[in-house]
Amino acid sequence: MLRFIRETYAIVAVELIKLIRDPTELVSRAIQPLLWLVVFGQVLAHVRGIHTGQVNYLAFITPGILAQSILFSAIFYGIAIIWERDLGVVHKMLVSPAWRTSLVFGKAFAAGFRGIIQMVVIYLVASVMHVSIRLDPLILLAVLGSVMLGSGIFATFSLIIACIVKTRERFMGIGQLLTMPMFFASNAIYPIAMMPGWLRIAAQFNPLTYLIDALRGLVITGGTSIYGFGVDFAVMFTIFAVLLFIAVKLYPTLAE
Amino acid sequence: MNTTISEIPDRFAIQTSALTRQFGRLTAVDHIALKVRYGEIFGLLGANGAGKSTMIKMLTTLLPPTSGSAEVGGFDIVQSPSEVRRRIGYVSQLLSADGALTGFENLQLSARLYGLSKPEGKDRIRDALNFMGLTDSATRLVRTYSGGMIRRLELAQAMLHRPAILFLDEPTIGLDPVARHTVWDRLLDLRHHYGMTVLITTHDMEEAEMLCDNIAILHTGKVSVMGKPDELRASISQDATMDDVFAHYAGGAIHENGMFGDVARIRRTAQRLA
Repeated sequence: MLRFIRETYAIVAVELIKLIRDPTELVSRAIQPLLWLVVFGQVLAHVRGIHTGQVNYLAFITPGILAQSILFSAIFYGIAIIWERDLGVVHKMLVSPAWRTSLVFGKAFAAGFRGIIQMVVIYLVASVMHVSIRLDPLILLAVLGSVMLGSGIFATFSLIIACIVKTRERFMGIGQLLTMPMFFASNAIYPIAMMPGWLRIAAQFNPLTYLIDALRGLVITGGTSIYGFGVDFAVMFTIFAVLLFIAVKLYPTLAE
Repeated sequence: MNTTISEIPDRFAIQTSALTRQFGRLTAVDHIALKVRYGEIFGLLGANGAGKSTMIKMLTTLLPPTSGSAEVGGFDIVQSPSEVRRRIGYVSQLLSADGALTGFENLQLSARLYGLSKPEGKDRIRDALNFMGLTDSATRLVRTYSGGMIRRLELAQAMLHRPAILFLDEPTIGLDPVARHTVWDRLLDLRHHYGMTVLITTHDMEEAEMLCDNIAILHTGKVSVMGKPDELRASISQDATMDDVFAHYAGGAIHENGMFGDVARIRRTAQRLA
């Protein structure tokens, strides 16, 4: 266990140093959620065509946009992995005796920090726009946990795709192909109840749906989780465990 | 605790038997049998695409063999890969040092991945920087290093855990002559100080002659000849050069072969070094 923590820390430390040294990516990633909340959210809030229960539309989509920006910043993690492969960094990691699980988990964990920065940005923007955010420490801790878990899921998913496609060009194509459908087939900007039957089914197989459902119950005052936190977290932990298992198997093939 | 050559004296550092790797229909490595003694510098020579890198990838546990077997440091590469990994250091053909980190941070990452304790890691990093002449540049980002400095840093990373066997895949490719000689000097010092066994791939005949106790020339995945450089020269004619040896045993000049992928990779490395 100690070894696992030490090795994971080695990977996370490197990612954090790089993130702090070159935060341009973080800044550019913060712009998209800003647009969604300030422009899209405000305009749609005036239409009042979407029934969002007790909360107003802007509050309704705040957790959705948080989850979306977690997805978008984590899903391109695979590009970095492919880049590391081209540089030989992956090879160096893999000839070390470090556990493969630590290497992959370290990457997933580090992705969580990007997610947390997105969270801070969205909390700030939402507060400015008078969305009522829940700030008690225990709730914030649960949100942090969800953000880390969600980032871990999508980063690991992205790593798996990287291991399969192995080149940046192919990855870019697939990355674009996956993110938008995942976003639209989720409860991010409209409730599941509004969806046609086929989309409702798709949404139920979409991990993003459960992340948003959990966040909706946690982030905003008056928000509720439809499935319940138990289901949300059980689904997310299971998905993460399965993806981690697959990624650990596939990661070594990057060096072949 | 140093794991050096004295560990398993009467066995070979590297021993392969009918080691084979196929990629689809292509047989990159074809039933290769090799023996490398502890403490020697062994050169794998061959044109691009002769199977050198595939060989090194299998021996460093990065690539599973299709058939045959190999022992590295006394452990089977398929049965006990983590035991093998503990005993080896590897410098890939690509420039694997992370340019976004400082030299010190790169070494720190290796120290952590190899499970060195904090004080031990600190001492080793200091020694390694000193040994490689990088102490003054330790806090600079690696992307500002010269090609020769990056190679020396990678050597430092690869030897931090005092491996018994060091694998170097074309370590001086793309370096200018001065930087090349510095890397050679460091390698010979390393062997002298720590008694490391070194397996090096190269297609540089001067490098092979300068460094290697024994060499094997690979041609289309097979060993076409094995021996000491001067013996091989003598086997051809009195005044034969290593280039003649190569032309004789590899069926052509050194730079003729190689597939698109190899050439592209080498150019990329050379570009980063420039």
